[in-house]
Amino acid sequence: MPALLEVRDLSIHFGGIAALTDVSFEVAEGHISGLIGPNGAGKTTCFNCITRLYQPSSGRVLFSGDDLLQRAPHELAAKRIARTFQNVALFDRLTTLDNVLVGYHSRYASDVAGWRRDDAGRREALAVLDYLGLLGIADRPVRGLPFGTRKMVELARALAASPRLLLLDEPASGLSAEEVVSLAGVVKRIARDFGATIIMVEHHMQLVMSVSDHVIVLASGRKIADATPAAVQRDPAVIEAYLGAA
Amino acid sequence: MHDLAQQIVSGLATGSIFASMALALVLIHRSMGVINFAQGEMAMFTTYLAWQFSQQGMPLWLAFPLTIAIAFAGAVALERIVVRPVERAAPLTIVILTLGLLIAFNGLAGWIWGYVIKAFPSPFPTTPLHFGSVAFSSQDLGIIAVSLASLGAISVFFKKTKVGLAMRAAALYPESSRTLGVRVGWMLALGWGMAAAVGALSGLMIAPVVLLDPNMMQGILVYAFAAAVLGGIESPLGAVVGGLMLGVGLNLIGAYVPFIGTDLQLTMAFAIIVVILLFRPAGLFGRRRLLRV
Repeated sequence: MPALLEVRDLSIHFGGIAALTDVSFEVAEGHISGLIGPNGAGKTTCFNCITRLYQPSSGRVLFSGDDLLQRAPHELAAKRIARTFQNVALFDRLTTLDNVLVGYHSRYASDVAGWRRDDAGRREALAVLDYLGLLGIADRPVRGLPFGTRKMVELARALAASPRLLLLDEPASGLSAEEVVSLAGVVKRIARDFGATIIMVEHHMQLVMSVSDHVIVLASGRKIADATPAAVQRDPAVIEAYLGAA
Repeated sequence: MHDLAQQIVSGLATGSIFASMALALVLIHRSMGVINFAQGEMAMFTTYLAWQFSQQGMPLWLAFPLTIAIAFAGAVALERIVVRPVERAAPLTIVILTLGLLIAFNGLAGWIWGYVIKAFPSPFPTTPLHFGSVAFSSQDLGIIAVSLASLGAISVFFKKTKVGLAMRAAALYPESSRTLGVRVGWMLALGWGMAAAVGALSGLMIAPVVLLDPNMMQGILVYAFAAAVLGGIESPLGAVVGGLMLGVGLNLIGAYVPFIGTDLQLTMAFAIIVVILLFRPAGLFGRRRLLRV
């Protein structure tokens, strides 16, 4: 299968600290990939480079052959790249529906005044909320919602971009055990129903191993493994990174 | 009773000017976290443009919309060219820049048009309007109607349009807005444009009352700031309600409390700012900000 995303020799340092060093990997179209590693391995940094929040020191990020590092951050949504954030970056004062409508921003770019969001955009936003079972809270401000629900709202907002590439940053953190189980189902459904390629940064190993087609392991800013979930779990280098030298 | 009703209406008229200017301050504050101290001078400068147009024989119905359009475009350009380089700087840097703009616009207006006070044509009829046995000034009623209509239009814009929603999103969370495809920098410029347009409108409305001179908006900016603080500096609705309350309150105090009269009104405005900041810093409509540490 052709690679949708190619990360080549990506390096970034903050002052004297190398957060990523020559990281390269490929993600095949339609796959679900896990990006794992101990704390401080550079997983979120890698997401931030891909979504242009950080400027890498060197390397390339190719999306369908197009060099993303040549694009402005706001152009990525139109290329149907969407993400969620580790700490949930929702618009607290806005309602659930309005949060999701902001996710449609790039899809109605020609619609300057945007009065139409009351029909086309709104209909689609409600459909996405329905898909994730959030219809009941469409008109509630997101501020007061429980953490697990807020994470789902953020996921809905990302889905509004109709993503070809969806980056999920620790979707399971802070969720209850049952919520994690249902999240695994949701991630698989999204990959299938939206035809989305998904990369997931996650510490919840059971979740990563059960949904991923392929797992990339980072440690101290370097890639140490890149294989199927089963192979990664047996990899001595990975075991060492997580448990220290045996 | 008649007198009271007239005082309230005339208070609402000045209050709606405060409300418009306060809204302009809130629009900028929400997206940049600072007060634009040049907001009043920008309004004054554009009001001079309208005066110039009408001196050249342009009818008011054309001069006013043209002035507002220039205010909008000019402020967008000002944001992109002058403010943008310091967009990410510390708030104090931006505040000092706006103070610089205040001095620049004030000096420029004085240099071009001089400091002699000029009469400004009123777009409203001079004959009073009678409701039953009470007569209200057409000017007051006109100011209230125009201000409230423009504030209503802005509210609809923010609630119902895609760009309005994107502007709110960009102000709340620039980073994730950018990830969603919103051009945050342009939203900021648009905010400056809208604030300047509202400001220009209030300048045009108040100029026939306070007369045209380069310092005409300075007192009004203080009242607008008091109104914005009263309503909650984060809340557009609060700014409008705060402006109307302040206008009516000051007018009633001026009319019925001889000790304060009209001489101490500005002092009252400062007192309100201090008292609100001491006892309810978030204002009437603001939400207290909780910081998790």
